[in-house]
Amino acid sequence: MPRLLDPSEVLFKPMNPAAILELENVCVGFTQHDVLRNINLNIPKGQTLAVIGESGCGKTVLLKLIIGLLFPNLGSVRFDGRDWSKLNSTETNKQRLRLGFLFQGAALFDSLNIFDNVAFGLRSHQRGTEQEIEQIVKRRVAEVGLRENVLGKKPAELSGGMKKRIGLARALALNPEVMLYDEPTTGLDPIMTDVINELILQTRRNNPVTSIIVTHEMRTVEKCADRVVMFYPLARLTPDEPQILFDGTVQELHACQDSRVSHFVRGESKDHHTDEIAAADSEEDGES
Amino acid sequence: MAKALKYSAQSIWRKLNLAMEEFGDFAYFSFQSVITRSMPSASLMLPICYRVGVQSVAVVSITGMFIGMVLAVQAYSQFQALGLATQLGHIINVSVVKELGPVLAAVMLAGRVGGAMAAEIATMKVTEQIEALRCLGVNPLHYLVLPRFLACVLLIPALTTLANFMGVFGGSMVCTHIYSIDPYHYWQNSKGHISLYDVITGLIKPLFFGAAISLISCHRGMNARAGAEGVGRAATSAFVLSFVSILALDFFIALFLNELHTYIWPGHVAKAFGPK
Repeated sequence: MPRLLDPSEVLFKPMNPAAILELENVCVGFTQHDVLRNINLNIPKGQTLAVIGESGCGKTVLLKLIIGLLFPNLGSVRFDGRDWSKLNSTETNKQRLRLGFLFQGAALFDSLNIFDNVAFGLRSHQRGTEQEIEQIVKRRVAEVGLRENVLGKKPAELSGGMKKRIGLARALALNPEVMLYDEPTTGLDPIMTDVINELILQTRRNNPVTSIIVTHEMRTVEKCADRVVMFYPLARLTPDEPQILFDGTVQELHACQDSRVSHFVRGESKDHHTDEIAAADSEEDGES
Repeated sequence: MAKALKYSAQSIWRKLNLAMEEFGDFAYFSFQSVITRSMPSASLMLPICYRVGVQSVAVVSITGMFIGMVLAVQAYSQFQALGLATQLGHIINVSVVKELGPVLAAVMLAGRVGGAMAAEIATMKVTEQIEALRCLGVNPLHYLVLPRFLACVLLIPALTTLANFMGVFGGSMVCTHIYSIDPYHYWQNSKGHISLYDVITGLIKPLFFGAAISLISCHRGMNARAGAEGVGRAATSAFVLSFVSILALDFFIALFLNELHTYIWPGHVAKAFGPK
């Protein structure tokens, strides 16, 4: 099990304040609707950024933009000063190895056992001999608090929490400079949620990584984040309102006066979304 | 009336546009998948070859044998009435080697392997495994599609040969054992009518069928929509499109190869295996 951290260890200052990720006037839209509008975000090296917001506000899209899986309709996304859209496929693949991605469902390869899953990136890019790869895999699996006896198992034989931990071990095997976590604690019990939170902290302590955590879980935000950004669904914003409702520290988040932010933080449903539903319900009642 | 006609025309035009778009996307996908300098590793190829080739042997053998047997049963009464029962081997073997063997092996491959490929890749897509591959710096087209393409193209001639053999064997068993046709005359008439060109064309066509099955199935899988329904639809459409493509390709390749034969040997029917 990972070591529990003292809260003073968590909020360390970034080693290098230069931005490793920059989003400039980013707009993303799909066939039927826009998801992100005029997003400007700079993420310094070493920072742990939590991205919060309701479902459908574009948090996962943001992560996919950051790793170059999606491209913006307008604006640019730069990783270490390089615009993803200007890189060729070879260069894109090379740069992507500098980022690790923990998927919401872990996205382990079903046909491979756990060892092969964790070794996948290392083997694909010939990072060492088979013996060296074996050592790295065992070390990474131990780091996420799992025993060697899981290595021969298939992903289907593992629990949700174990899959997430193996997903993290796989992402960390290539020593990424930036770790992206897509709802790392969704669907896990409170104990396992805490284990994953500890692993995020441990990863940051052991490796000099920049972390971006997309989450709904306020405990994860409070425990892991240096900085919090809250997105809001475009459908409920007027055209001149910014989509990023909040950008600040966890303490500032709790002190924020914007009712949309405070309701989200406290997990209250009293916003205009439910007001709209309530209004529609009362109209229907009136009609009947 | 005019409004309805206009609406129908617009609808057809939209569907044609969509079909063209889809075809363009498929062509680009195929090009991207197949054109590469690096070949898949043996450890990646072998399990796929096993699934495509070895695991298809039983089903291709059984269906191949039955198609030969059914041909014998259906043709016997007509040939017997004309006193040409000993010529049955000719019609059965030519039908099997030139048409039924290649098409049947391809259809079985499309049903057994194509549907599974589409479903497997579609599941990988909806569970974000394909995005995980890209995040690990691996091109999913070269990792998932190219090995399947190579396995299908390389192994389908072997499966076709097996289907041909079993079809010829099944037909001969029915004719010689059930209908008591003299085996000597049966085989003598058979070998006199199958040319080397027939055998070769029967093995060239499956290469195209194998390419079509693998690329169509992988393309359907890669473009699957989310959820269990998306996976099911991908598998179904992979089989339907593969089947239609096999028949269409069969027609055009047969037309081309016949023209080629006439061009190379004008007014000549090759009989490499026939009596001199």
